[in-house]
Amino acid sequence: MYSEIVMDHFRNPRNAGRIEDADGIGQVGNPKCGDIMKIYLKIKDDIIEDVKFETFGCGSAIASSSIATEMIKGKSINEAVEISNKAVVEALGGLPPVKIHCSVLAEQAVKSALYDYAQKTNKVIKGLENYKPEDDEIHCQH
Amino acid sequence: MSRKLYLDNAATTRTKKEVIDEMMQYFDVLYGNPSSQLYELGRKSKEAIEKARKTLADFLNADEKEIYFTAGGTESDNWALKGVAFANLNKGKNHIITTKIEHHAILHTCEYLEKFGIETTYLDVDRYGLIDLDQLKESIRPETMLISVMFANNEIGTIQPIEEIGEIAKEHGILFHVDAVQALGSVRIDVNKLHIDLMSMSAHKLGGPKGIGGMYIRKGTRIDNFIHGGGQERGRRAGTEGVQNIVGFGKAVEIAARNFDNRIERLTGLRNRLIEGIKNNIPDVVLNGHPTRRLANNVNFSFKYVEGESILLLLDMEGIAASSGSACTSGSLDPSHVLLATGLDHGTAHGSIRFTLSEEIKEEDIDYTVETMKKIIAKLRAMSPIKNDEDLKKN
Repeated sequence: MYSEIVMDHFRNPRNAGRIEDADGIGQVGNPKCGDIMKIYLKIKDDIIEDVKFETFGCGSAIASSSIATEMIKGKSINEAVEISNKAVVEALGGLPPVKIHCSVLAEQAVKSALYDYAQKTNKVIKGLENYKPEDDEIHCQH
Repeated sequence: MSRKLYLDNAATTRTKKEVIDEMMQYFDVLYGNPSSQLYELGRKSKEAIEKARKTLADFLNADEKEIYFTAGGTESDNWALKGVAFANLNKGKNHIITTKIEHHAILHTCEYLEKFGIETTYLDVDRYGLIDLDQLKESIRPETMLISVMFANNEIGTIQPIEEIGEIAKEHGILFHVDAVQALGSVRIDVNKLHIDLMSMSAHKLGGPKGIGGMYIRKGTRIDNFIHGGGQERGRRAGTEGVQNIVGFGKAVEIAARNFDNRIERLTGLRNRLIEGIKNNIPDVVLNGHPTRRLANNVNFSFKYVEGESILLLLDMEGIAASSGSACTSGSLDPSHVLLATGLDHGTAHGSIRFTLSEEIKEEDIDYTVETMKKIIAKLRAMSPIKNDEDLKKN
């Protein structure tokens, strides 16, 4: 059902946890839908120095969060904002069709955390000018 | 980890060795068509079917003429609902009463019957999964043709007050169908004492082969034939009989009847050991289903702050097979309709795990399962944003 990479990230999640003095925090999803992702960013000179995640969700949700943190760690905020759900899926060696929404959630969680950082620091991040944190309360994106 | 624990016996069971041994000769030695009565090979097949039919009839305190073989529980449910509906539609009857926690074989058939003008009332259940007999009585209309209630629920194991429902149905002259797929072999069933008119059964839930089930139809019940063709099953369910499967079904029932009370007592002990073990070792859990009125092999818990599929994947790595009512495992958007009907919120329903035991399970297996669950839940909760937010609030 899942690729080896997905299972590896699920079994041994990278960067799981929280950052107490995070510079940006993003949370997407809701318990009704069965998945919540929360991303914490530590940013210095516009570079993501550290990143952690907390996820409530299925195997692919945990794996998507894990790989997304690896993909943005050490990157500049302008590079990180370009993360796409497609890139997450590719990096995971594919996801079953019903699980694609997990990769979308990972992309949204990263963007939401970057948006939070931009709001707090009065910065403009290219690509997030018109970003509104998604309101996932209304429907589940499966 | 070399341990392999199969704790999903409500999904299906291992076919018993004795059952397989009994079935084998009907593939290549006694392979005659039971309709071919003019030679011995055909007659032997027919005899084998009738022997199985008698075993099942005796087990249910029914008459052999009231037992029909089908392809399984789903077919039997379809037959009961469609057969009764179509036979009664032109008699001014267009109403069925069932429950919100039935198997999809019932719920989706009721939806289909709407096309023919059949209305269905879906009874609520309480937090334990039990229906309310007063609501049942209030739901009865002059047009009600059928009450269909499952004997025991496949997810949470709750056993309904079947005898009381049967009495109400009988009083009102309404047919009573029972989906006994999970109950057969786990609960004693006397169709006369319980006033059951129709009952669905399946072989593979009690150590029999897959692809074979049965239906009890009380003599004189108004119901249409289901599969049209030859004269098999007294013309009501045509098609050459799966003789070896019927033989296997009969054998599985014979074995279940043999050591009934001891087997159920032992399973109940194991079940309670698992329930207590989880309750006493893992915080923030909810037992789904009734604490005592439940199948002897069914344990269903919700583990707050974590999601079911993740638990199943980690259990699988430790060699344990179980199931979940989470949406992620069902392929649908919502978690189990059964859990939601008991009033569980979506989040908690997503974290549900069902363990269903078999006679093969030992006490040490139960303890291993508790220990494994303890580790798994702690691991997943450590990365759960809901759990960590809750902890922060408390401090």
